[in-house]
Amino acid sequence: MNTIVQFSYLIAAALFIIGLKRMSSPKTARQGIIWAGFGMLLATVVSFAYPDMHNFGLILVAIAIGSVLAWWTGKRVAMTDMPQMIALYNGMGGGAAAAIAAVELIKLTTPHDGGVATLGGQAQLDHSMPFEVMVLALLGGLIGAVAFSGSLIAFAKLQGWMTGVIRFGAQRALNGIVFLATLCLGAVMLTQIEFAPGSREIVAAWFPAMLLVWFFVLALLFGVMMTVPIGGADMPVVISLFNALTGLAVGFEGFVLGNAAMMIAGTVVGAAGFLLTQLMAKAMNRSLANVLFSNFGAVGAAAEGEVGGSMKAIEAADVGVMMAYAQKVIVVPGYGMAVAQAQHKIWELSQLLTNNGVKVKFAIHPVAGRMPGHMNVLLAEAGVPYDIISDLDEINEEFAGADVCLIIGANDVVNPDAKNKPESPIYGMPILNAWQAKNVIIIKRGQGRGFSGIENSLFFQDNARMLYGDGQAVAGELIHAVKETLQG
Amino acid sequence: MTPIEGFIALYIFMLAAFTGYEIISKVPVILHTPLMSGSNFVHGIVLVGAMVALGHAETPLQMTIGFIGVVLGAGNAVGGYVVTERMLEMFKSSKDGGKA
Repeated sequence: MNTIVQFSYLIAAALFIIGLKRMSSPKTARQGIIWAGFGMLLATVVSFAYPDMHNFGLILVAIAIGSVLAWWTGKRVAMTDMPQMIALYNGMGGGAAAAIAAVELIKLTTPHDGGVATLGGQAQLDHSMPFEVMVLALLGGLIGAVAFSGSLIAFAKLQGWMTGVIRFGAQRALNGIVFLATLCLGAVMLTQIEFAPGSREIVAAWFPAMLLVWFFVLALLFGVMMTVPIGGADMPVVISLFNALTGLAVGFEGFVLGNAAMMIAGTVVGAAGFLLTQLMAKAMNRSLANVLFSNFGAVGAAAEGEVGGSMKAIEAADVGVMMAYAQKVIVVPGYGMAVAQAQHKIWELSQLLTNNGVKVKFAIHPVAGRMPGHMNVLLAEAGVPYDIISDLDEINEEFAGADVCLIIGANDVVNPDAKNKPESPIYGMPILNAWQAKNVIIIKRGQGRGFSGIENSLFFQDNARMLYGDGQAVAGELIHAVKETLQG
Repeated sequence: MTPIEGFIALYIFMLAAFTGYEIISKVPVILHTPLMSGSNFVHGIVLVGAMVALGHAETPLQMTIGFIGVVLGAGNAVGGYVVTERMLEMFKSSKDGGKA
């Protein structure tokens, strides 16, 4: 039976790799998740036949609770809120990995024959564990716990349950101390063990269970502390990092349990996740270290400086006329558009313009939305075809030839300070050259700043006009205005 | 527990790491979010490990922790699948030969 189980795990691992490979191309992406899903189903079902299993009732109840909750929340969540749900589910995986580590390590402190493993711990363990496996169990537990608490903080921040960032003087030093203390506890546990003569097999451990408790408490605390000072704009990179960390933790616990499917899947996700994290950080022109350790956003307040000129408002009717007689309109959508649920109206507006001979294009910044590619998902939901959506490199030369650039819900990705002002915290980030358009219309709810809290000098330019209001309502007014113009 | 010898384990680790790196290296930006979600689903395999941990748990404490582990693992797997599936669902309709 065990052979069948192990062989099924191998097949599941292969299905995961094939699934991920398919998911990395838009044409096959949908089949990819189904392949991986079959792998998961196979591995789960076959695990009931794992040797020496008991507690089946508990297992079934636990699976039912977790599945129903996740199914229900996953089906209900709006597309705009996807990133935080990914963070949430990812955190759960990290927590599960930490739980596995905890169970395996507790077994070291509780001998099977009912003896007491206290000081002197002569009691023999029935669960012996090679030394390196205990190291992996500790590391996996540490990483999993950090990913768990960190992801929950990331979720709370993106969900808006936790606003602002908490920063104080010696924060980085304190974080470092907590991390080192966690490592030290792990090291102490590794000294409180006894080997079988002439081997690396641990046959007895006499560290108190409390040490293990503190190890996990500190690891959880560290996850919270490292995430708390990171601003909302950087969250996607952080979530991606936690995703990679969970993968790694799962891989490590796979080695502990001797489970091939976990080993391979966890390690593959770990490696892929780290690369994805770097790609995301690169899209924002920042290094990973910069995201994690620089107090982004705090600098913004200090280095803001004065912005010349003033913001000038405009009415929807005027913008309607402007667009109806334009040759070329470029729409720059941001997360704000999705929050206002304006993407359907905007698509309706661009269809109306296209039918009247206006060339309409959508320009997507790599970090538009809450994650790279998030905006494409949101526009796809509204039915906007791919061929009129361009990314930064393709469209940047076209702004100079555009009559109107309509910015809706985007801010930092069109801030010229990133090009011109070395003291700006976003200096060096590649941006969309929206300011080169003849007219720049910014649809905005109010005069506040963007997600990163940085003032945008584009709004003060001579060719820029502010169109205040809720994105969806304004888009509706624009449709109306364009229709009026064309009929009248 | 199937013992896996130290060096074999290292080989598996290395090969799997290269595989992961290779899979992601040529991905268009539009798929970054779905792919992150997809890889999030894949590490939901932790469910299997949690099941084994709970299935071998002996004391009430081990059972409690194992139980939490299985709930969390199942949440990771099912939530990851639902969310990824919903996102990729939208890529289905775009058959107009648009750019990828």
